[in-house]
Amino acid sequence: MNISPDEIVLWHLGALPVNATLLFTWLVMALLTLVSWLVTRRLSTDAGISPWQNLLEVLVEGMHSQIREVSRQDPGEYLPFIGTLFLFIGVSSLLAVVPGFRPPTGSLSTTTALAICVLVAVPLFGIAREGVRTYLRQYLRPTPLMLPFNLLGEISRTVALAVRLYGNIMSGTIIAGILLSLAPFFFPVLMQLLGLVTGLIQAYIFAVLAMVYIASAASVHVQREAGDTGNDDRAS
Amino acid sequence: MDSLTLTAMVSIITAGLTIAIGSIAPALGEGRAVAQALASIAQQPDSTGTITRTLFVGLAMIESTAIYCFVVTLILLFANPFWDEMLRRAGG
Repeated sequence: MNISPDEIVLWHLGALPVNATLLFTWLVMALLTLVSWLVTRRLSTDAGISPWQNLLEVLVEGMHSQIREVSRQDPGEYLPFIGTLFLFIGVSSLLAVVPGFRPPTGSLSTTTALAICVLVAVPLFGIAREGVRTYLRQYLRPTPLMLPFNLLGEISRTVALAVRLYGNIMSGTIIAGILLSLAPFFFPVLMQLLGLVTGLIQAYIFAVLAMVYIASAASVHVQREAGDTGNDDRAS
Repeated sequence: MDSLTLTAMVSIITAGLTIAIGSIAPALGEGRAVAQALASIAQQPDSTGTITRTLFVGLAMIESTAIYCFVVTLILLFANPFWDEMLRRAGG
């Protein structure tokens, strides 16, 4: 049994082996791009909007409000990154109902790539918001002794992010495969339904955790300012 | 008992023990978290949205420990590097 879609090599493109992970990743990306392009070509502000525009508006508006609630900041600059993560993971989990489709998130390489995106995005957003010095000084708090632990925390939460998503999606596929050989017909369908719910929840959790990490890096300044004014009040 | 049988035996027993022991603590933790969240929702129904969202994120964090054990179990059962190495040596 293949526990990872990496092992299914479909064909060779020159020297590059094209495996199922690559193919399905590009399929999901193409689907997302194509649908968004087709829908946003004819946007209208009339009373009668197309159902597809309605769907996209609900999605974007929902992500907008969720990001605002989680980060308590203006979601404008975070929406493209976090929204893309959520849509990609969510769609690739939902497409698991299509026969023959293996979710690309069921491969450790895809989830590691996504987690490394988050690892890079955290300092980028933090520095863009705070400046280099304020952001880097955050690693020295509360004391410079904590520097190794802060760095270790960055790495371990990236690993946790990758392995959590991989374990959840992969276990759904494997359990469906094992149950098919034990109790065919009815029970695997239930587990497949459970897998759909788990996939969506994992997409939500991945996006929320990425948002929490980015927000905690980008909000140092706000907290410090609040602390400073508090001290000033006490002094005066 | 040759080393091939020994490797298979230890792998299978360890796989079972890993998932069995490793799921106890997350189960207890998740039970406590959900019970506390339900009690909070019963006390303050207005903040249901915030509590539910935080609960989901927290449950995912707790559950990831169980998921780690599960991944280790599956690797031991289906993609065991030691077993593959043994088979390769026995074959070649």
